[in-house]
Amino acid sequence: MNVDDEIVVPTYPTTWQHRHLLDLERLTADEINLLLDTAEQLQAAFSSKREKLSLLRGCTIANVFFENSTRTRNSFSLAAKRLGADTIEFSSGGSSVAKGETFIDTAKTIEAMGVDAVVVRHSAPGTPHLLARHMDCSVLNAGDGPHEHPTQGLLDILTIRQKRGSLAGLTVALVGDIAHSRTARSNIWGLKKLGAHVIVCGPATLVSRQWEKFGIEVAYNLDEILPRCDVLNLLRIQFERQATRPFPSVHEYALLYAMNSERMQHSKPDILIMAPGPINRGVEITPEVADGPHSVILQQVTNGIAIRLAALWLLVGNRGGAKA
Amino acid sequence: MSHPASALSGEGRERAWLIEGARMIDPSQNLDRVGRLLMVDGEIAAIDPLDGDIPAYAKRVSASDQILIPGLVDLGAELGEPGREEDETILSGALAALAGGYTSIACMPNTDPPIDTAAAVEFVRQKAARADRCRVYVIGCVSKDRVGVEMAEIGSLVEAGAVALSDAPRPLENTALLRRALEYCLMFDRPILDRPEVISLTHGGVMHEGLTQLVLGLAPLPAEAEDLATARDLRMLETTGGRLHLTSISTAGSVELLRRSKARGVRVTAGVRITNLCFDDQNLRTFDANYKVNPPLRDQVHIAACLEALRDGTVDLISSGHQPCSLEKKMQELDNVPFGVTSLDTALSLVISRLIRPGHLSWARAIECMSLNPASVINIDAGTLRVGKPGDVTLIDPEQRWIVEPAALRSRSRNTPLLGEELTGRAIMTWVGGQRKFVWA
Repeated sequence: MNVDDEIVVPTYPTTWQHRHLLDLERLTADEINLLLDTAEQLQAAFSSKREKLSLLRGCTIANVFFENSTRTRNSFSLAAKRLGADTIEFSSGGSSVAKGETFIDTAKTIEAMGVDAVVVRHSAPGTPHLLARHMDCSVLNAGDGPHEHPTQGLLDILTIRQKRGSLAGLTVALVGDIAHSRTARSNIWGLKKLGAHVIVCGPATLVSRQWEKFGIEVAYNLDEILPRCDVLNLLRIQFERQATRPFPSVHEYALLYAMNSERMQHSKPDILIMAPGPINRGVEITPEVADGPHSVILQQVTNGIAIRLAALWLLVGNRGGAKA
Repeated sequence: MSHPASALSGEGRERAWLIEGARMIDPSQNLDRVGRLLMVDGEIAAIDPLDGDIPAYAKRVSASDQILIPGLVDLGAELGEPGREEDETILSGALAALAGGYTSIACMPNTDPPIDTAAAVEFVRQKAARADRCRVYVIGCVSKDRVGVEMAEIGSLVEAGAVALSDAPRPLENTALLRRALEYCLMFDRPILDRPEVISLTHGGVMHEGLTQLVLGLAPLPAEAEDLATARDLRMLETTGGRLHLTSISTAGSVELLRRSKARGVRVTAGVRITNLCFDDQNLRTFDANYKVNPPLRDQVHIAACLEALRDGTVDLISSGHQPCSLEKKMQELDNVPFGVTSLDTALSLVISRLIRPGHLSWARAIECMSLNPASVINIDAGTLRVGKPGDVTLIDPEQRWIVEPAALRSRSRNTPLLGEELTGRAIMTWVGGQRKFVWA
């Protein structure tokens, strides 16, 4: 075997101090960079050979999803397996209350099976934080209602960093349903901390003016901000989370906010088009843009694995050493 | 730890008590001085009696450095019984009340079944009599089944002893019902209690709409939902006359509307919950379900407006907002957790620790807002140390430090964000009808 093919295993960074990954709002820029750097090192390690590492051999990761998910769940599963960990899959269609068991009991039952980390998704904000208070193992937030989705924010940022080298000074617009988007919130904090200028853009019913108080630019008109944007992140319209419809029709939404070929002509020539997916083709984005040369949507998916490798390893790889 | 009830069971029924050396604060007669108070045969017999007028059999309590006040009165505590005994019973609620310095509580009708019939009123009164702790008054439902459609038999409820009518915590969303109920109650001189909220603006809401809510992504309870309902209630009251009490206001907008209405002579009263004065929306950054209350914890601007309104008389009273909730119900996702904080045990201590000691409120105004004023809203003979009135008094040690731990709470529920916190000042003895019912051990 050629020595060049050997996987170069990174060493565990002693500067990582957290037991849980609950949100990006409370991480520092250094901690975010550490996650991104670790993700790239692990990505490089795997690029030469499709082999499992043994960084988490003997560890068990539980995917506990109280809300439907295919992509995020598979991404976490694959990352755990590549690190040599075993995985347990738990999913509950509806709320745990419907089953007569509090979700804390559900999680503690899973923890009692001897897991090292719980990856949790739930429709209610704060659920991973609540779990973290009741459990000894690591808790990784895979999306808590409209609150945060830290690994999604990180993978979006990693994708931009890989394309542009740095976030500092870039103008990044998050377009769509900001009010109900956990992806938006995680992106906002991560991008701000790394020095990007952030614009939130969408219908006034879904984009609060209050974001300006956090130093975020608020815009309702996509065409006005488009020429200034280095990156557009087109958020999925969350039809299922809204009690009263915040805009009259999908047709009107597409008219005002869909990224299409015509709008591409008014964009910067090197604009990056991103979407956290699953994308509604024809709503936020037209097929020719989604599949066009500016789109990095599939690279985001690839980076999702890298970020989850890094997150799992940092949280679980030093059990006993790292503390909350 | 010994139970307060059993600790007293060996005590005989004393005919007379002399409490000596306490600072007596009674806003009903502008009293604030050190002296002694004599209770004989269940009534307040004298303030600063001559030695010759003190019966030899009077039991003496030396109370220097302590504060003697009229027993506190709470408007709108939830007692859970019947139907929600896992949260609270009339007995456990009454014990919590006594430990918190309350001698009278008026309980909310949101039981299961709700208190919408004379028989239900009678049930609560009998249970309370059997418990024989603090006085328990009953608030009846405005509407049948408390669903806000048809008026309940308000006349029968009043006949059975209901002191007020309310569908709380459900707001009186139906304006036609509100109007009819206000008019109908003109015949009985009983107040309608409403918690103002426009439900169509708050559906699914968890916390105050604002910057913290924006960051946390929790569903909003906008201040406007309260302001609009307050405006509607006040406007309707001007048309109908009658008596309206807004149970728990929490916004600067409500305060301003109330101030204008009161200046025009509208007969409205309003209360604020102690929890809404002591905590703000930022507390929810912990996602601790014990901060999920409705009206929600708002920001410091609203809190400052409510405090100012308490001082200037725009808001008349402080209520405990007691909403006990069993642990299994609170150990859920924040979206699903019921609203509420258990607070009869801790309300007075919070007022002392967080409002009086830092100088936000005077002792006299605080006591007025927790005894005389709530008593006058429901027109009961309480909230005063006047001679001839019932011997309902509370002795406070303003320096007593205590830690809010489960064993220290008499309520059956533990849903308070104060667990583990140290508070300063609390009730140490409580008398109801001249009988000592509680001693802090």
